[in-house]
Amino acid sequence: MSKIMKPIRKTGIIGYGAYIPKYRLPASEISNLWRDGQDKDFLPIKQKSVPGPDEDTITMSIEASQNALKRAGTDPQKIRAVWVGSESHPYAVKPSGTVVSQILGIVPDTVAGDFEFACKAGTEAIQAATAFVGSGMGEYALAVGMDTAQGKPGDALEYTAAAGGAAFIMGPAEEAVAVLEGSYSYVTDTPDFFRRAHQKYPEHGNRFTGDLAYFHHIFNAVTTLMEELNLQTSDFAQAVFHQPNVKFPRKKAKDLNFTAKQIKEGLLVDFVGNTYAGASVLGFTAALDKANPGDRILLASFGSGAGSDAFSFIVTDKIEKVRDRAPSTRSYVHREEKIEYARYARWRNKIVMH
Amino acid sequence: MDIPRYWRLRNQRYRLEGTECIECGQRNFPPRCICPHCKSDSLKSFRFSGRGTVYSFSTIYQALDTFDKDIPYSIALVKLDEGPLITTQLADVGPDEIQIGQPVEMVIRKIYEDGENGPIQYGYKFRPALKE
Ligand SMILES: [Zn+2]
Repeated sequence: MSKIMKPIRKTGIIGYGAYIPKYRLPASEISNLWRDGQDKDFLPIKQKSVPGPDEDTITMSIEASQNALKRAGTDPQKIRAVWVGSESHPYAVKPSGTVVSQILGIVPDTVAGDFEFACKAGTEAIQAATAFVGSGMGEYALAVGMDTAQGKPGDALEYTAAAGGAAFIMGPAEEAVAVLEGSYSYVTDTPDFFRRAHQKYPEHGNRFTGDLAYFHHIFNAVTTLMEELNLQTSDFAQAVFHQPNVKFPRKKAKDLNFTAKQIKEGLLVDFVGNTYAGASVLGFTAALDKANPGDRILLASFGSGAGSDAFSFIVTDKIEKVRDRAPSTRSYVHREEKIEYARYARWRNKIVMH
Repeated sequence: MDIPRYWRLRNQRYRLEGTECIECGQRNFPPRCICPHCKSDSLKSFRFSGRGTVYSFSTIYQALDTFDKDIPYSIALVKLDEGPLITTQLADVGPDEIQIGQPVEMVIRKIYEDGENGPIQYGYKFRPALKE
């Protein structure tokens, strides 16, 4: 059986957009408070992004989607699906997509729902949007991966749990800045990381997080995709992996025979942290910002629970025209104001008053 | 603000939709039924670009409980590029960083949460214009 997934009608990315909040918490702030700086030489990243007190997954999805719309130049009324992938939807019941589509002028002729699959909720939305457009159910669909992730104070995840993400308007290949060559998804039941209903912070099954979760799933997703498309690592100009820290994507790239140069542009975690559902897709927008027509780009997410989505995109000459219509991903990376742990704790509701 | 009122005004607050006078061309925000300039009642909906400059501002240190999480925050009169002066909260900017005449742009932010169980209200704020 053929495992590769391809829509009936050729489909691609018409517009893409990123968003990262302005504030950064250096990992040293967490280390100094919780570990007396004892782990200062082994920090997983330099700093992570923190949303302002008035930001959430909905507001951030709106800005990323506005950037995607600017690049696409599409009439919002022609977008027939709005799917936001996140593990930090502001409401338990009321789709983020309703507010997003009202504000962007997409309503009322649309479907709008939320996706949840830990850190791969964004690429899950891309798969669905591709199918929706590729089957002809709608001309365009909007897929967003966005998070304001939270780690338990003092926990290993607190160093990296960050905020940001990206939005993509999928549409017919003739209009695309990057055409989808094929995709593949690999999913198993793995208890590496989860959050029960009504709990504020997630739990992680330590012994599962590395080999059995991240590495196993991405390895299978990427090697199957490449085998089925008959591709070698050297066929890709760039590769972007889910990035929970600096070490994991570097090791994964090496295992799969990708060079440091191939993953460089899409590796943002050291400067902005792990933006969960936003992480691989945000890196992918940075890769698109630097891509040349004809380049092939690999995107591979990982979501705990667990699974990985792998995509191969081929960049078209349309990218040159649309790139500068919205702020680059790097411009959001460089827009930064460092904050101290106290302000972070207040804004992120870590100080409990009742 | 109560839920029905917020719902009724959502396209103003979400999309900066005001009015343009068909007779004299004056643009207004919030939307009007009668043109304040020429008294005409033939008006059409007009969506503002969301760009403007800071006309004046003030910083709030004592707020209602609803806005406690945000203090200190600044309120500004912003002169929109299309003419009208509007009152808005500023985002992503400390009180010492704001300057009169500074270019600003509209963003969508949380305005407030109606307690632990109520709705979250979103709407426009303005932040220093992104450079690029
Ligand atoms: Zn008039």
